[in-house]
Amino acid sequence: MDNQLYLSSSPHIHSGETTDKVMRAVIYALLPACGVSIYFFGLPALSVLLICTLGCVAAEVACCKLMGRDLTLFDGSAALTGILLGLNMPPSSPWWLSLFGAAIAILIGKQVYGGLGYNPFNPALVARVVLLISFPVQMTTWTAPAPLGSGIDAVSAATPLGEMKTAVMLTGALPEVATSGFGGYLTGNMAGSLGEVSALALLLGGLFLLFKKIITWHTPVSFLATVIIVGGIFWLVDPTKYPSPLFHLLTGGLMLGVFFMATDMVTSPVTGKGMLIFGFGCGLITVLIRLFGGYPEGVSFAILLMNAATPLIDRFTRPTIYGHVEQEATS
Amino acid sequence: MLAAVLSLGGIGLVAAAALGVAAKKFAVEVDPREAAILEVLPGANCGACGLPGCSGYAKGVVEGKYAPNMCPPGGSDTVEKIAHIMGLEAIASEPRVAVVICQGDNRKASEKFRYLGLEDCNAAQKIADGPKTCPGGCLGLGTCERVCPFGAIEITPDGLAIISREKCTGCEKCVAVCPRQVIRMTPLEATTHVLCNSHDKGPLVRKYCQVGCIGCTLCKKNAPEAYKIEKFLAEVIYEHHDKAADVLEKCPTKCIRDFSTGYPEGSSFPPPTVPVKPIQVD
Amino acid sequence: MNLKTFPGGLHPPDSKQGSAGQAIETCPLPEELIIPMSQHIGAPAAPCVVVGDQVKKGQEIGAAKGFVSVPIHASTSGEVVAVEPRLHPMGKPLPAVVIKPDGEDRWDDSLKGADPSTLSVDELKDRIRAAGIVGMGGATFPAHVKLSPPAEKKIDTLLINGVECEPFLTADHRLMLEESERILDGIDILRKVLGIKRAIIGIEANKPDAIEKLTQEGAARDIAVQALEVKYPQGAEKQLIDAITDREVPSGTLPMEVGVVVQNVGTAAAVSDAIRLGHPLVERVATVTGPGVKTPKNLLVKIGTPLGFMVEQCGGLNGEPAKIIMGGPMMGQTQLSLDIPAIRGTSGLLIFRREDLPKRLEAGPCIRCGRCIGVCPIHLQPTTIAAYARLDMIDETEEYNALDCIECGCCTYTCPATLPLVQSIRHAKGGIMAKKRTI
Repeated sequence: MDNQLYLSSSPHIHSGETTDKVMRAVIYALLPACGVSIYFFGLPALSVLLICTLGCVAAEVACCKLMGRDLTLFDGSAALTGILLGLNMPPSSPWWLSLFGAAIAILIGKQVYGGLGYNPFNPALVARVVLLISFPVQMTTWTAPAPLGSGIDAVSAATPLGEMKTAVMLTGALPEVATSGFGGYLTGNMAGSLGEVSALALLLGGLFLLFKKIITWHTPVSFLATVIIVGGIFWLVDPTKYPSPLFHLLTGGLMLGVFFMATDMVTSPVTGKGMLIFGFGCGLITVLIRLFGGYPEGVSFAILLMNAATPLIDRFTRPTIYGHVEQEATS
Repeated sequence: MLAAVLSLGGIGLVAAAALGVAAKKFAVEVDPREAAILEVLPGANCGACGLPGCSGYAKGVVEGKYAPNMCPPGGSDTVEKIAHIMGLEAIASEPRVAVVICQGDNRKASEKFRYLGLEDCNAAQKIADGPKTCPGGCLGLGTCERVCPFGAIEITPDGLAIISREKCTGCEKCVAVCPRQVIRMTPLEATTHVLCNSHDKGPLVRKYCQVGCIGCTLCKKNAPEAYKIEKFLAEVIYEHHDKAADVLEKCPTKCIRDFSTGYPEGSSFPPPTVPVKPIQVD
Repeated sequence: MNLKTFPGGLHPPDSKQGSAGQAIETCPLPEELIIPMSQHIGAPAAPCVVVGDQVKKGQEIGAAKGFVSVPIHASTSGEVVAVEPRLHPMGKPLPAVVIKPDGEDRWDDSLKGADPSTLSVDELKDRIRAAGIVGMGGATFPAHVKLSPPAEKKIDTLLINGVECEPFLTADHRLMLEESERILDGIDILRKVLGIKRAIIGIEANKPDAIEKLTQEGAARDIAVQALEVKYPQGAEKQLIDAITDREVPSGTLPMEVGVVVQNVGTAAAVSDAIRLGHPLVERVATVTGPGVKTPKNLLVKIGTPLGFMVEQCGGLNGEPAKIIMGGPMMGQTQLSLDIPAIRGTSGLLIFRREDLPKRLEAGPCIRCGRCIGVCPIHLQPTTIAAYARLDMIDETEEYNALDCIECGCCTYTCPATLPLVQSIRHAKGGIMAKKRTI
């Protein structure tokens, strides 16, 4: 008769915090933003979110089956990638675009590297950038918000960042959108990707993650501070040409990027110091692309570029081991 | 336009000249025999020779530091070729394969506790000497499987390591890594083995394993030249292995197996073809 | 209160309420005492009795072999019924002396106490060594070795470890409340041996009653108490030194390198007994606890008492045991059976049932969340070391300072992918040591 006792290496208790719980918490944190986007953009928004999420889940199942890996669906990472991708899409995206994006995110963004934990780049951002470059028309056709029940038809419109870029290129001066109407940006009453609209809802989700200790303050604070400081310097130099830091903060995908993309554990540095550097890089590149680049929005490129730098940052921010400082001092 | 062509061409010329000079000046003498030996080695960099890789061994042979017969994966062919390159006489080495001398998988052998943790035999062995009640039984956590450079080892669904006689090249990496010394090197031509590694007395072995050797000596009685019993465990005397298969039916616990009739239960390897020949990797 | 601590660590639910209020109870004599010869770090003792010998309580039954070794004593009077390998807490049979108690529990008459002020430092050290005193916190390092620093190491501080940061355990807590006099006396003797004045008792802030009592009683003897933040592994030697003295013990060296000696409160009490009464270390306080035990208690047990007998004194098992742990849940060792005896390092006996074990999930891939790095009190990168260890890349694990790991278990506790990080690092450490030996 076999002994029924378990023997194992210490420790014998666990925090109970597991990968699937972490992923679920992030999904919950995204719900307010999803709600706001559905409110402002109606059913199209809902369908984009659903197609992206279901597409990612289906792609994950297919990949696991094809590659003979254990099914990793229940860790919730695929669904999270789907929601994040959905929030990165314009509300008017055709169904095939969302589905294609979902397939890219899971296949090219994640599974080819070996699945969860091994992907160097944020899968949702990989998909967004692939789509942006491959389908520039569909990916930059925006609609003005048409709140549920308002009876307004969706009309095409430009994002505030896009309008600013065009105006600055044509006239050399900031348009009106970049100097006023910030209240609407805060709640999400503007054109843009689903997840770009409501800074307030995203902030709420971000604070929830901070409170639940899913993410640490390092990346968001350094990312936001860099955007404020670098954006602020340019604004002070020439307020007619460069928008105020507040405009940077409230428009585009910044809030989504700061709290949900740059803090993606897999693709960002592991130490606090590393995260500070990572956030700084993201902020700097974002502002530079927004002010001087060819694209109106730079958050996704900034984060992807810093993803690439993550192994390097990790290498140079290894923590000092207890007991090693003094030894060097005395020897 | 002309200026561009000239300047680019000029840079090219200067760089080429510099490279040419460097190649001459800093050239490293390589004995051509070293390259020739590297050519005939299997190239798996398995480390069976005791050196980090094939090139290290090739260099050592040319320098006269190592004998030509230190590459078990290469087999006798390779030994001959190396000896030929070096102008030495070949010392034929008998081809050997590794055999897991245990059949006690999780269904046939009991465990003294349930192990939770790292899927690694060495890690499990550190906890109360491993979960298997039998002190010598295969733990089946696949450390040998991971270390095998030739993919010759599989772990059955019931947790027993089995080594393919076709794929095994005799590099002994698995032998070195196994914490329970349950993997033995045997002559390739010997296909009959006693698959038990427990020196405990019969009644005790019966308690924890259905397929362990109980030291009953029936095999030795029926084929005295082919078997010996040491500390309650039968062993094949490999000089007379040809007679070992005659007594298979006599063994009460069926712990003697003739591999030419197939691998232990649960294996996915096809039965070895007779006579068994190793695949030459080159 | 001014709480000190170290960077890193975490606070698992401390689960001490079951036994914290239970006064220490003396565990009766079992039918058989199994006294292993290996109960300390260093060379095992050699049995010096044979089957049939009559022994008295406190009589030496195993002789120390070498400097880093201590003698083993009979825990009661009775007859030696076996000298043979018995199942040891390490998980394998190891040499032990088995005593059948005669029920009289009579001390060996030749053991004489003395007033410590009449003894020289060397005499004190000899008596501590002869009494078989080891670190009672669980590490069981021979006390006399710690008290014999080389002449060039200047010791200025004695730290007394009353932290007890392991969840579930309350033995030290009860000892501090009920035996404060012995502890303080032991500290006095230890100070005399080391020739220093500065002694500080470190106690976690979740034991305010113990802090208050020792602060009051210690003041008269010039012994200070430092309250510490409730955080695991606050009681680990190096973390305690860091918290109280703000000194960092260089990697690969002992606390004496920074002028500190650390002893457990239980060790201090044992030192007092050894000198004042002449009694060797034959019993200790252990917490018998966990959801698998009916009434958790703090027991004063004779060394060699089978774990099952201790459980019987606590109302017996509560359900089917699934994991028997000697020590605390973070660093304790799982046991093969309840027939295994309590030894000098047994600070607790913790029993979990199947339903109390963490839900076992398939260890997933590392999601690089960095929590293990955040909680590591040594500031290692556990996930990196573990990843290299899994690939058997031993040189890389050494480069990432695997040898500095104190195996506190914080990383494994916090890992959302439920990776067995500590076990992987332990594996790597084994590999590094094996490599060092062959070179």
